[in-house]
Amino acid sequence: MITKRIIACLDVRDGRVVKGVKFVDIIDAGDPATQAARHAREGADEIVLLDITATHEGRATLLDTVRRTARELFVPFCVGGGIRSADDAAQVFEAGADKVSVNSAALADPMLIDAIGRSFGAQAVVVAIDARRDPEAVDPVRDAQVLVQGGRKLTGRRVVEWAREAEARGAGEILLTSMDSDGMRTGFDCELTAAVSEAVNIPVIASGGAGTVDHFVNVFGRGKADAALAASIFHFGVSSARSLKEELARAGVSVRLPC
Amino acid sequence: MRVTVIDYKAGNLTSVLKALRHLGAEAEVTDGDLVPIERAERIVLPGVGHFAATQRLDATGLTLAIRAAIMRGVPFLGICVGMQWLYAGSSEAPAQPGLGYFAESCTRFSDSKDKVPHVGWNSLEVRADSQLLAGVEPGEYVYFTHSYKAPVTADTAAVTQYIEPFASAVERGNVMGVQFHPEKSGATGLNILGNFLHWEGTE
Repeated sequence: MITKRIIACLDVRDGRVVKGVKFVDIIDAGDPATQAARHAREGADEIVLLDITATHEGRATLLDTVRRTARELFVPFCVGGGIRSADDAAQVFEAGADKVSVNSAALADPMLIDAIGRSFGAQAVVVAIDARRDPEAVDPVRDAQVLVQGGRKLTGRRVVEWAREAEARGAGEILLTSMDSDGMRTGFDCELTAAVSEAVNIPVIASGGAGTVDHFVNVFGRGKADAALAASIFHFGVSSARSLKEELARAGVSVRLPC
Repeated sequence: MRVTVIDYKAGNLTSVLKALRHLGAEAEVTDGDLVPIERAERIVLPGVGHFAATQRLDATGLTLAIRAAIMRGVPFLGICVGMQWLYAGSSEAPAQPGLGYFAESCTRFSDSKDKVPHVGWNSLEVRADSQLLAGVEPGEYVYFTHSYKAPVTADTAAVTQYIEPFASAVERGNVMGVQFHPEKSGATGLNILGNFLHWEGTE
């Protein structure tokens, strides 16, 4: 039976793991390679490394970080942040990533999704969408808006429609972050996640808001998520992926155990 | 042990090479040069992406060289599309023949309420005499990402359930294939790759 994936997310800046609350207050949480290895050992089904500064700074540090992190990692490894071209993606794959996640560059040039998919396969392209409910809209969830620049800028795109376009262009997965919930530890946006998951036939990874085991139970159930991203819930010893999955299994969620 | 990995420009080889080297193998890559195939001790054909990419194997002469190596008894492992290529073909690219070592063809998952592609960790029902999957216990998981799959037949070494039962591994003589990604399947996957690297025949 297919299992729900628990994906450990490392936000990285200047080669160090950090975690922001609503993308602002940054706290140092260690070396990416060490953290990734620990999460894999402790039962994470996949590792995502998001370089939150790559858009503004050089890529040499990131490639070195990816290389070091990938070296002894034998679970799927996705890298995002600042990938603006198929060449950028090729370098990250060469350094050891299995998937890349693209966000603002794909919004600026949606053909980027086609280009990476053609060269590396759809399974290697994750389209990350930063979403915010639109309280002004008739249906705030279905009309949720796509944001860029860490949630600071509206794009004019609607989340469900953009996810469908990404799929049509050859994206292999959608990484959906609720900017309303991110860093708040108040739970995933299950309604928004379900709306996207029902609109596409590719896996949807829910992100933003994880704080308790129940939040994961809810997003896999009501939220119809195929996978869920966790960052801050692990970083400070709140829980390991394994203990989270053991609790999920007790709640009736199918997960990879033992791991 | 030396292993020859075939690069036919379908996706990224880094992870496969890394896993093989981690297990102590001396991994060499060929992307069209036939000499490494002619003197290969073991061959791995990875592959992600589209079945049509296997056309490059025909164009470079690798298909004939691989067929000859298999006839010589060289252990061969196909991964993902590399496994599907061992069959007669795939409905993903009907004009492109596979090797035909296994007579059946690969097909897309049927339409259902479940998503296609099949992405994630799923379990294996292992055939008791499988050498490739020796030591894999019930309830161990491996990582999949694919939309096309091989049918369950007498050569099937493991069955996985997603929408319908399909062959997640195949094994006959020195020819083996896995639909999942052993290089991305943690300790279970490394165990399977290790079995391949130490495979010495059925006698």
